[in-house]
Amino acid sequence: MDASDFDLPGPLDIAWCPGCGNYHILAALKSALARLGIQPGALVVVSGIGQAAKAPQYLKTNFFNGLHGRSLPVASAVKAANPGLTVIAESGDGCMYGEGGNHLLHAIRRNPDITAIVHNNMVYALTKGQASPTSLRGFVTPVQVSGTCQDPFNPLAIAVALDASFVARAFAGDEEETAGILKRAISHKGFALVDIFQNCVTFNRVNTFQWFKSHTYYVDGSYDPSDRDAAFSTVVRTDRFALGVLYLGSGKPTFSECQGMRDTPLHRHRVNREKIAALLEAKRA
Amino acid sequence: MSRASHTAGDISLVFSGEAGQGLQTLEQLVTRLFKRAGYHVFSYSEVMSRIRGGNNTTRLRISSRRVACCLRRIDILVPLHAGAMARLREGITPETVILGDPAFIDAAYRDGSQPVVEVPLAEMAREAGGDIYLNVLLAGLLSGLFCLDEALLEDLIGEFFGKAGEDRVGRNLEAARRGYGRGSHVLKAGQVLPFPERSEEARRELLLTGVDAVGIGGLAGGCSFVSSYPMSPSTGLLLFYARHAQEFGLVVEQAEDEISAINMALGAWYAGGKALVTTSGGGFSLMVEGLSLAGSIESPVVIHLGQRPGPATGLPTRTEQADLEHALYSGHGEFPRLILAPGTLKEGYDLARHAFFMADRFQIPVFILTDQYFLEGLCTVGSLDIPSREQESFIVETDAGYRRYRLTEDGVSPRGIPGFGSGLVCVDSDEHDETGHITEDSRVRADMVDKRLRKIESVKQACIPPTLTGSEDFRHLVVGWGSTFAVVREALDVLKRTDLAFLHFSQVYPLHPAAAGIMKRAERRIILENNATAQLGKLIRQQTGIGFEGRILKYDGFPFLLEEVVERLEVLL
Repeated sequence: MDASDFDLPGPLDIAWCPGCGNYHILAALKSALARLGIQPGALVVVSGIGQAAKAPQYLKTNFFNGLHGRSLPVASAVKAANPGLTVIAESGDGCMYGEGGNHLLHAIRRNPDITAIVHNNMVYALTKGQASPTSLRGFVTPVQVSGTCQDPFNPLAIAVALDASFVARAFAGDEEETAGILKRAISHKGFALVDIFQNCVTFNRVNTFQWFKSHTYYVDGSYDPSDRDAAFSTVVRTDRFALGVLYLGSGKPTFSECQGMRDTPLHRHRVNREKIAALLEAKRA
Repeated sequence: MSRASHTAGDISLVFSGEAGQGLQTLEQLVTRLFKRAGYHVFSYSEVMSRIRGGNNTTRLRISSRRVACCLRRIDILVPLHAGAMARLREGITPETVILGDPAFIDAAYRDGSQPVVEVPLAEMAREAGGDIYLNVLLAGLLSGLFCLDEALLEDLIGEFFGKAGEDRVGRNLEAARRGYGRGSHVLKAGQVLPFPERSEEARRELLLTGVDAVGIGGLAGGCSFVSSYPMSPSTGLLLFYARHAQEFGLVVEQAEDEISAINMALGAWYAGGKALVTTSGGGFSLMVEGLSLAGSIESPVVIHLGQRPGPATGLPTRTEQADLEHALYSGHGEFPRLILAPGTLKEGYDLARHAFFMADRFQIPVFILTDQYFLEGLCTVGSLDIPSREQESFIVETDAGYRRYRLTEDGVSPRGIPGFGSGLVCVDSDEHDETGHITEDSRVRADMVDKRLRKIESVKQACIPPTLTGSEDFRHLVVGWGSTFAVVREALDVLKRTDLAFLHFSQVYPLHPAAAGIMKRAERRIILENNATAQLGKLIRQQTGIGFEGRILKYDGFPFLLEEVVERLEVLL
């Protein structure tokens, strides 16, 4: 397969600004999917609301473009209803970490076999430039007029704390590395969180492409992602942010396994008349 | 109402105890015992929102015919703690037999004029092994009192406690036998009421709660996925499906909140499941954005909304019918919906099944609107129809050119699911074109609104008509919905008027087209609802222009009692 197998027939009226990191993430995702040989018909991308959440609109795939913050419950249920599908939840930092923060915590605990891709540009772009949960302290916006006085939300530290099954961070500017990380995340069994740094060319003049370049580094081959203590020390660093697969959890059962699900999708579920009759019969006693 | 006219064949038995005393076990034991013995039973427990203490009351009717509502009148009262009688005075008549520990019987009733049977229940329980045997002892006592076959009691105790081991069964049997012996002795004193007749018919009935009825109906409708967050009184249905998940191959998940619950349900439908959420007022408030999403993506979804009194936390364990407007007007934007409100347990079963059919057929949210009283009442029911054939599937296999929102004459686009066929299934909460992709084209927008709203016409064609009972030549018409069916129906039997009828809606939205004609035939219309503002009355007026001359409303957290409906009707007629 080739990344172009996920192209939609054009021309597309794309809502992203020229130079937006979203283009790189979309390209990296197509590349990862092609390398894994996943057919568009067997893929479901669930997204929330925001510019990042528009990604599936520009991808040849089944998609469920739902509500702001709610992609993870939908994606978890899609996978449970049909375990044969590859399911990705994709949205921005505001959607996944702000509006949908509670769902993230519980999706990590529930451990559905899905991949959450979070476009993290540290700003609300579609609503025109307010602080996001990941904005750095002091970030000035039309709402946070004196600069946000809260510390940023650290999604990776939360994920490691909850023993998430796969935790990674990428930088949209490095398309090839991002594709590699996404490929590992999608093929991982269990919940995979991939936080992807990206620049916003219109509403974030602080965390620019260059800023991300100079504030990130890739973990090297000696890094052991199964070492939870080391992972935690790594993800709480804020002088320079680590990129790569940063934590692999202890292999807890997936949501479907906990539900005792067979591989039979729910659309093959049939009403069991004999069991209903038996249930009613028991009510005569 | 004179008691003599009504007690024949119908005994009202009330237990009143504290939370934590095990009244629930007692209710389960006693209802099964009497049904097995050939009585129709109806039982309703009202409890306080606490785990220990307070006062909980179980009202049980033991009858020769099927009954399904509460009486004010108490024939036998068993107080189980000091102060138990305080809230029950209005039901105590000069003939009420008060049975139990002398310490729990108020002094006012012990002047010799009231039939009182002093039984040292606590002491007997202690002799049998401890306080925990009180329930079994009481079940035995009542069995003896009603001259039930002692073997029925012994079998039931064996079934109930069998899993706990032989020792537990033996101790419980001992307690039950002590109770039985004492109960038979009470009978000899000649202090009890005439017993209702027993029948083989009653023995063969089903004994169901509203939860059972809706739960089994959902299974018959093809339910395969349940995601919910616990909230009284809707939790029972979540428990029901959890209990049967493995046997029926269901996915049942306790979500982190109601927002997640309904979004999971929509994800499940999208991928081929048939999902239900169960919730109550405040929880449903959190689901409202998801409801609107169902409207936009044209997803089927079945929402069981078990009502309790609000606003906000209100009275968590009590009952009310005040969320009709909540169900009807919730959700931003304009989209079709269907609201069902079963009046009987048979309707609970039939309509739960119907809800899945209608949701799937028209790709709309369908509400099953119940309440605490309906869900937790326990009642004998005749047979229920098991589906004779496989429920029709409305899922289509997609082809390469598949468009999820293809414009059609009736507004219903064939619904594909991902991974089944060669097409792609794209759904969007943004306004979308036929392929499901985002659009701001004003013509497409208008076409999509029209398409969605066209479906309501088809839903109207499939309306469930309201039930008209009572006199055919009525001048006065009582109108109600949902759980008030049985109490009004029985009040009509008591009143025996030739000019009175009752119109009951088990589908409250959309209203059946024939309903207006029936209501116009009445000279006077009386709306009866378990709420403060007559929500159905307002809806009927808005939809048909028909108003109501009288109102019978109740909003103190309790269901209507039979005598209360009779008296309030007498005032108005």
